[in-house]
Amino acid sequence: MSTQNEHIVIDGPNLVHGGTSEVDHNVHPNDRDRHGADDALHGHAHHEPHFIFKYIFSQDHKYIAKQFLITGMVWAIIGALMSVFFRLQLGWPDKNFAILETFLGHWAKGGKLSPEFYYALVTMHGTILIFFVLTAGLSGTFANFLIPLQVGARDMASPFMNMLSYWFFFTASVVMFCSLFVQTGPASGGWTSYPPLSAIREASLGSGTGMDLWLIAMALFVVSTLLGGLNYVSTVLNMRTKGMSMTRLPLTVWALFFTAIIGILSFPVLLSGFVLLIFDRNFGTSFYLSEIFINGRALPHVGGSPILYQHLFWFLGHPEVYIIMLPGMGIASEILSTNSRKPIFGYFAMVISLVGITVLSFLVWAHHMFVSGMSPFLGSIFVLMTLLIAVPSAVKTFNWLTTIWRGKLRFNVPMMFAIGFVSMFISGGLTGIFLGNSALDIHLHDTYFVIAHFHLVMGVSAFMGMFAGIYHWFPKMFGRQMNNTLGYIHFWLTFIGAYLIFWPMHYEGIAGMPRRYFDYSAWESFKQFESLNSFISICAIVTFFAQLIFLVNFFASIWKGKKVTDPNPWGSTTLEWTTPIKPGHGNWPGEIPTVYRWAYDYKDDGNGNDFVPQNVPLREGEEAH
Amino acid sequence: MSFIIFALVALFFVIIYQIAKASEYATTLRGEDKVRASTNKLMAWLLLAFLVLGMYAAWHFHESILDKMLPVSASAEGREYDSMFKATIILTGIVFFITQTLLFWFAFRYQSTEKRKPYFYPHNNKLELLWTTIPAIVMAVLVMVGLKNWFLMTSPAPASAQVVEIVGKQFNWLIRYPGADGELGRRNFRLINDANNVLGLDYKGDPRNLDDVVNQSGELHIVKGRPVKLIIGSRDVIHDVGLPHFRYKMDAVPGITTTIWFTPTVSTEEMKKITKNPNFVYEISCDQLCGKGHYSMRGTVIVHDTQEEFNEWMRKQTPDYVTNFANKPASPAPANQAAPVTDSAKKTAMK
Repeated sequence: MSTQNEHIVIDGPNLVHGGTSEVDHNVHPNDRDRHGADDALHGHAHHEPHFIFKYIFSQDHKYIAKQFLITGMVWAIIGALMSVFFRLQLGWPDKNFAILETFLGHWAKGGKLSPEFYYALVTMHGTILIFFVLTAGLSGTFANFLIPLQVGARDMASPFMNMLSYWFFFTASVVMFCSLFVQTGPASGGWTSYPPLSAIREASLGSGTGMDLWLIAMALFVVSTLLGGLNYVSTVLNMRTKGMSMTRLPLTVWALFFTAIIGILSFPVLLSGFVLLIFDRNFGTSFYLSEIFINGRALPHVGGSPILYQHLFWFLGHPEVYIIMLPGMGIASEILSTNSRKPIFGYFAMVISLVGITVLSFLVWAHHMFVSGMSPFLGSIFVLMTLLIAVPSAVKTFNWLTTIWRGKLRFNVPMMFAIGFVSMFISGGLTGIFLGNSALDIHLHDTYFVIAHFHLVMGVSAFMGMFAGIYHWFPKMFGRQMNNTLGYIHFWLTFIGAYLIFWPMHYEGIAGMPRRYFDYSAWESFKQFESLNSFISICAIVTFFAQLIFLVNFFASIWKGKKVTDPNPWGSTTLEWTTPIKPGHGNWPGEIPTVYRWAYDYKDDGNGNDFVPQNVPLREGEEAH
Repeated sequence: MSFIIFALVALFFVIIYQIAKASEYATTLRGEDKVRASTNKLMAWLLLAFLVLGMYAAWHFHESILDKMLPVSASAEGREYDSMFKATIILTGIVFFITQTLLFWFAFRYQSTEKRKPYFYPHNNKLELLWTTIPAIVMAVLVMVGLKNWFLMTSPAPASAQVVEIVGKQFNWLIRYPGADGELGRRNFRLINDANNVLGLDYKGDPRNLDDVVNQSGELHIVKGRPVKLIIGSRDVIHDVGLPHFRYKMDAVPGITTTIWFTPTVSTEEMKKITKNPNFVYEISCDQLCGKGHYSMRGTVIVHDTQEEFNEWMRKQTPDYVTNFANKPASPAPANQAAPVTDSAKKTAMK
């Protein structure tokens, strides 16, 4: 299964600027012989690539990863700030906040949020965090950064496509960002954008220009995800270094590999759903529309079905949950093992459970539609499949627990976040058992129980995984360490804050409190939670500010952080730590290391170290994994 | 105002930065290894404290919020829901307690110390088989219980069920009761007219419509002990009939008819006593985002104690046709009014 990729030429940049190979010259001496001809031709070796090609239209996977990360962070701030705004409304529905008018202008006249913009905020909060942060920001960052470094490749299979993937994402971001400022406001039909609400312009303000821009941005986003995903899959399959068989891959790579596969198979379906929606909105087709009387007139559409959109949407929508979760799982596995100084328990079971989750993720989508009037028999199949997916998830959890059992646990910041990840995953995962069972979903559907469930299991825990990854690989990204004290403060505020926000929401949901309500005070059944809602809002605001601590830490550490002196600061076994502290384009100055063992050989190496890196040959009498 | 906020934010950033610097100097002064060891110990204790305090807080919160939760289910089928919910919560509660305790206890117990040797333990097929099979069996049991209830809840309504139609529109509920004929007539969305025919009842094509009563105040009247079948529709976008007290919910989809049925077991008056709340009212919430007025799309349910009480109420209602057309000479609809028509051949027309 192993491939030798020392002879893959990194000449991607040629594609960008018409044949000159300046950009290539920061690859390493060993690689330079391939470009000897170019050097002779142009007679200028060792040029730093031009600023534009190094930092902007970069084809170095490490830069692209940073571009994804920082764009994702910008979006995360915007998305989180939106949640602060609508939490102000939910926490204190009868108060006015001048700050809302400062930020939102005419959408919050006198400091009172308008219902239309409240719905726009919840819609954009969901869209931004699910797609722009936890898909592009998470997979985009770690798949780009880790796959070539951990499989032992000089770059992605197609660096040019990789660059395009980022720039499609960037364009999608620009369009989505513009949609926030159009006169009728951004899309406001929920992140799921169910038609007819999203299809008919008269149905709501946000279904006007905002929705058009939303659809365009999402279409561009899908293109970005596909370009990225194809690259990740082909890199993992074709560009592993000598000795790096699939069964020796670190679990991060496995997780990112399956994430990419899920994305490639499900995003096109979403795109097709969106295309039909664009047709219904603009060209008078009736894919999703039938028998509608709105704004004083009957529309001509007949024969369409809004449920068709839901099927197309959730065929991506559910796998999307795993697109968000799997990278976190991979990162947590890696970090828990490294910082327990113990191999991950049940490596093969971990891989097989990833396969199980990947396959099942395509067979459970309709559990989002139990109350859409679907056939009860069909519903029962989806109940079975949904609860089945709990099995691989349970296996993973127990394996993580066994990994830290009898380890020697170092509680550095990434480890804290990895433990937080497991805790959140358990809490959020268990409530999925309620929602997956249709007889219980029939009451809990679209209540705060759902909000609590998915925020814990895919919102917070995916963020925990992402933070763990950032703190862990920051030294590799920037050659410096992030500040520990701030990291711990960030962890505890986030971890406790997230539980305080979402734990009480389960109770509100059990009491039937519907989600996406602007104000509950007129409801006899839901108004008793007023003080609880204020409490949740306070926690949400504090947790939001805790994230600013992270931002300060992150950006200050890029320039001011403590310099890393040890190329392998965590004592890790994987290949990325065999590169120089600040690897250039091409990653390894000399030959790419050969791999002799699996990724989790945390044991006595005979020289007083408690780990054996993957590139260390087997000792006599040692058996290969 | 905005200047103060800006200044506060700036100050916040400066403070954070100073904390970071101070901690770095302190680390250098005290020696890195020493700081690392003591931080490690602190974190291990904090994790343990989090477990204990967190579990206590969860329990305390649970006790304190119970009186704000829903009262006993007001439908017979909802009782099944309640017991199944309870069973699931006990089961997941046990798993939650065990796994979280193990996670934080292991973290505390196996914190790094000078002496500790990590135990090289890459896999154990028996263990893994064990924790694949046990969840699978537990899930199988949950699926079986769930599907038993699911098929009960989605089974065809009994023939004796009262039939009521509920139609969502932006942003209220329209409710239609069959008249003396006991049947609902056909609707046609092209006939909808907000002035005199909000549901688009086809009076010409289906005389069963003539005695139908349409209630625009969103008040659903049903009878304790008598199964009720709701015919659910929508005029514009997707809505959802949410009945939290009955533990039911169903989408209202334009172009598609959905149904649910249940047997109310507690009348409104009885529930006022149970909840000790004289203002108690069963509410219908819209549970599917439907536009700017989504949060105000409120309906109510009145559960009458007896069929007689319901009939009494029903007698006071005027059929929509009578209100809008019967006394107006220019009426486009047929003049013969409210004669009960029972044409069994047309019985399936509603579907």
